[in-house]
Amino acid sequence: MIGGFDIGGTYTDIVILDPASRTLRTGKVGSTPGDPSEGFLEGLISLAVDPADLQLVIHGTTVATNAILERNGCKCGLIATKGFRDILELRRRDRPHLYGLTGDYRPLIPRYQRLEVTERISAEGEVVTPLNEDELISAAENLVAEEVEAVVVSFLNSYANPAHEQHARTLLRQRWPDLFVVASSEVLPLFREFERTSTAVVNAYVQPVMSRYLTRLHGYLSEKGYDRELLVMQSNGGTVGAVSARERPVNTILSGPAAGVIAAAEIAMESGFRNLINYDMGGTSLDVSLVVEGKPVFSSGREIEFGIPVMLSMIDIQTVGAGGGSIARIDEGGILQVGPKSAGAEPGPICYGRGGEDPTVTDAQAVLGRINPYYRIAGGSLDVELASQGIAKVLGEPLGLSTEAAAEAVLAVAANRTIGSIRRISIDRGYDPRDFALFSFGGAGPLFISHLLRETGAQIGLAPCYPGVLSAWGCAIANLQRDYVAMVNRRLTDLTSDEVIAQLEAQQAEGEHFLNQEKVALSRIHVLREAELSYEGQTHQLRIGLPAGDLSLPGIRAAFHDAYLERFGASRDQFCGLDTLLEELPVRLMNLRTTVIGVRSEYAMKDLMPSRQKPPDQAFKGMRRVWSGGEWTECPTYERAALSSGSELKGPAVIEQHDTTVWLDDSTQAQVDGAGNLVVRLL
Amino acid sequence: MADRIDPLTLAVIRGSLEQVADEMDATLERMAFSPVISDGFDRASGIYDKENGEVIIQGPRGLPNFIYVMEHTVRSVIGRIADIAPGDVYIVNDPYLGGTHLMDVKMVKPYFHRGELTAFLANSGHWPDIGGRVPGGFSTHATEIYQEGLRLPPLALFKRGTLNQEVLDIILHNVRVPRERQGDIIAQVTSLHAGAEKLTQLIDRHGRDTLFRAIDELSDRSERLMRAHIEAIPDGTYTFQEHIDSDGVDWAPLTIDLRLTIDGSSVHVDLANSSPPCRGPLNSVLSTTMAGVFIGFKHVFPDVPINAGCFRPFTFDIPTTTFLNAQEPRPVSGCAAEVCQRMIDVILGALGQALPEKAYAGPMGTVTNLAVGGNDPLRGYYVFYSFIGGGYGGNYLTDGLINGNPTLAVARTQALEIFESHYPVLFRQYAIREDSGGAGLRRGGLGVVFEFELRRGDASASLLGDRGRFQPFGVFGGKPAQSARHTFVLGGREYTPEHLTKDEGVSMSAGDVLRLETPGGGGFGDPRKRSPDLVAEDLKLGYYHRQTAEKEYGVVPSDGNSKPDSD
Repeated sequence: MIGGFDIGGTYTDIVILDPASRTLRTGKVGSTPGDPSEGFLEGLISLAVDPADLQLVIHGTTVATNAILERNGCKCGLIATKGFRDILELRRRDRPHLYGLTGDYRPLIPRYQRLEVTERISAEGEVVTPLNEDELISAAENLVAEEVEAVVVSFLNSYANPAHEQHARTLLRQRWPDLFVVASSEVLPLFREFERTSTAVVNAYVQPVMSRYLTRLHGYLSEKGYDRELLVMQSNGGTVGAVSARERPVNTILSGPAAGVIAAAEIAMESGFRNLINYDMGGTSLDVSLVVEGKPVFSSGREIEFGIPVMLSMIDIQTVGAGGGSIARIDEGGILQVGPKSAGAEPGPICYGRGGEDPTVTDAQAVLGRINPYYRIAGGSLDVELASQGIAKVLGEPLGLSTEAAAEAVLAVAANRTIGSIRRISIDRGYDPRDFALFSFGGAGPLFISHLLRETGAQIGLAPCYPGVLSAWGCAIANLQRDYVAMVNRRLTDLTSDEVIAQLEAQQAEGEHFLNQEKVALSRIHVLREAELSYEGQTHQLRIGLPAGDLSLPGIRAAFHDAYLERFGASRDQFCGLDTLLEELPVRLMNLRTTVIGVRSEYAMKDLMPSRQKPPDQAFKGMRRVWSGGEWTECPTYERAALSSGSELKGPAVIEQHDTTVWLDDSTQAQVDGAGNLVVRLL
Repeated sequence: MADRIDPLTLAVIRGSLEQVADEMDATLERMAFSPVISDGFDRASGIYDKENGEVIIQGPRGLPNFIYVMEHTVRSVIGRIADIAPGDVYIVNDPYLGGTHLMDVKMVKPYFHRGELTAFLANSGHWPDIGGRVPGGFSTHATEIYQEGLRLPPLALFKRGTLNQEVLDIILHNVRVPRERQGDIIAQVTSLHAGAEKLTQLIDRHGRDTLFRAIDELSDRSERLMRAHIEAIPDGTYTFQEHIDSDGVDWAPLTIDLRLTIDGSSVHVDLANSSPPCRGPLNSVLSTTMAGVFIGFKHVFPDVPINAGCFRPFTFDIPTTTFLNAQEPRPVSGCAAEVCQRMIDVILGALGQALPEKAYAGPMGTVTNLAVGGNDPLRGYYVFYSFIGGGYGGNYLTDGLINGNPTLAVARTQALEIFESHYPVLFRQYAIREDSGGAGLRRGGLGVVFEFELRRGDASASLLGDRGRFQPFGVFGGKPAQSARHTFVLGGREYTPEHLTKDEGVSMSAGDVLRLETPGGGGFGDPRKRSPDLVAEDLKLGYYHRQTAEKEYGVVPSDGNSKPDSD
């Protein structure tokens, strides 16, 4: 048996896969933030699984992200090039809000724990001033005296020549073997000193926390008889062993959400869809991501909060504050707004009856009859009447709308924010939503599937079997993966293909060495090569895939040029013929990237689906009054778990399950396919 | 109104319009060659009315300075071009025809929907060079605009979809590093076309009629919101004065003399008593001066959406007898950053008196434009342009931000490592400038020290900053910040520009150094009311020194709370 766990802030989700008996079990229990291992065990107990029977445990965790957001990471020190210790605090010169000059900024390492040493390397990688070892030791002594647990060494231009950083790291580790020491160039060997330093600082800031967490969890699982590797999900959608995760906890800042995308890609593939727009709508936020040709689309980084960027390759997940708990209000200009503020878990939406007074998206759904008032994730029932009064008072009356119309408006505005997010990640990047399937998950997601299908023009909508535990699912099936990047920053015409190949092969060798060290059985190793290029003078780069084996530099140039035109709309004639001017420009190869994937084993999802032989009429639960198409309609409701494959449903209809609701409006129909997914189409 | 648009459609259209403009900004910044556009976000995009050029929407991430300016730009196209046709794209940078300085190059595209002129799309991007007597365009000794660079009235770069090669050639033959500017032109044109495509989708969905009724309604609502804020300000006339050090040519201060009259829900901005036009490039054009007024209000009332409606409550008296409404051929390269920022400062100052609950102490008030051009024996001819941040003022909510970006911009600095890999410079320091913020209950943010050495070849450096003489102000007993201090080391000898923050064509050779020290922000409230614990923490952080703690904050640091000073 293989256990996938997603330990979130509110819930711990569990998926137990048993390839031998072809079974899959899911569970959801409350998280135990004080000691996440308690939630872990509770989940296993709820599914009657003995940890000793697990062959592998893979988990997604919010430990790293929460340590940053709650500012309870470790006490860190920074050692910088003389004259540059403030890089971390100066950021790239910005402000928290576009308008309004309020707000200040507190870096993860305060100024008195940032010290400087004499050393300097040029942009060409030459040593301008040698590293002063005495100053280094003395700076570290001061930091150790301040009781820091981790030290970041970040020197200017270390991307071009990491010798000083590496030497400093060696000296510090020799002298203080228990100290966590992070060199910026080992975490991110690319230029841009603030982003590189910030990424390394995030790593150091969460490293002792992550290390203690993993040690405790691993120890705890061993006590219960589990003596195998504990794998951790990373933001790139691949997993690593606990030892590697301890080294690079910064790689886990999107651990859970990335696992959800991996699961979505696999599950949709079973239904024959390789291009997906995923939207995961939970209580407070909406995560949107893209899968193209079966592979998640990546970004080169994200800002965790104002002034804290992490520039590592990770699945591109765009997060906006729009979820079931998002609050609807009328702004001072009289316009209806939804989010980003959320009612959170306490007091929650009005219909939870815990004192919430701000109408939320969930309240609007409840008022329109879309949610079963007796099907609440955390137990108990929903107070629809209270929600109705709240929406009427706060929104309906001031806008001059009936309660139903006001609730509908809340949903439409929430959907529009989702559409905006979907457009930004698809159309704005040159992808046409009409070539994609809309993959819906998260507790609040499938309620919007009909609306979004109509508005985005996506081919079909997909609601998976267990949309509430997708991240745990992703953990259970994810492969091992590690990404390598090296900066080149030279004109293509100044390079030889041998140099490029040598660089890529070095990355690959490093990756294979890493995979061999992990104690996990692999069926094969898969290697991806990519290059980032730009026309000389540009700051932004475009990433293209490279073929395995031999490379031709003119071929790379041509592939880049084509990708560039495609990306910026040559096919739609947006260049007006100016694209020919680009052909005269020199092209620079900025970075080379290698991704090494250790494939664990491949399961066919449909083999693991619960078999369902019940005829469709057993899924029918009765009629309910639901607001549809501008009027109250008696609408059939179905139990998702009882729908057998091949079942066809026509909207309006409500399909219920314990962790979400699918709403089919009168413009849609749905079918359960062989992989257990609900395939939604416009009529 | 019988045909009032429903609230739902209104909310959806507003979000969708923003997405169109946002998409234009994103395309422009990803394709641009100018690092100031792509990495620094010195650019803006928007949609404008077909009749009068009024702004319909501007990208939420666009540079604030352009919010009002682009209306004038579009109007200049409407006013001067008789045969506007589908497929046209106009290029313009004339400051007097609705601009800023010459380096901000605008492109305007008439947008036709099913053959009918429906709106204008426009964008603006800062080019690192536009020709003229010094690399980068900041000639502090210029006394006529003709010295500042290439000046373009609205010219058809594309006519009915066909490139006007002659116009393109004139431009590329008159700027330094033309290959990169060619790239910027491609980026600006492509971005307009991307916007047009999105706008078509939007109109096809909602219908032209509904869309434009929604646009009218949105602009009425912005006006109502702005008026509601103004009504909350007690009626009366509020005055505030601020100064620019000098115009770069004559060593005499320039004064912005603001009389701000609040009357019910209307505002009258009277600048008639300000200094007369100056000989040097610290004049401002009308559109930039007015933009400064609106940005100031927007910083105090950030929730008012930007469209034509929010400008309606304002009337102006800015005569051409002042340096704030310069006429041809007055030089203007200092307007977009320095004069406009000072304009924002006086608005913040006057509104702070009127509404103490929304008050800010003065921000650094200068962007310290720096342009360096030369011939690198290793990599060839180059021009780089940068500007430097400073501290924000303490305010009604927080201490002032350290190293904020200019109040009229959202522009970030480029990475030092990118500078060093592109240009022959080696940085010596980039650090918090200690003790540069004004003392206060909420202290001012700190400025920065930015110091580099030229490594190879010879170069010509131009500097256009301010706040060398007049410090960012404190409010309610808060103290002013430190002023700017800029020093060259040329051939081993220190050189301070005669006009402190302004100089042009300073010849630098390998080994020469430029050190810029930018102002912090002013303090908010009586520093003696700042908690001694916070003062102790400030000291530990080295934000200011012991003497400041004792003199300004009245706190004698006990060694138990802070590390002993090493000096």
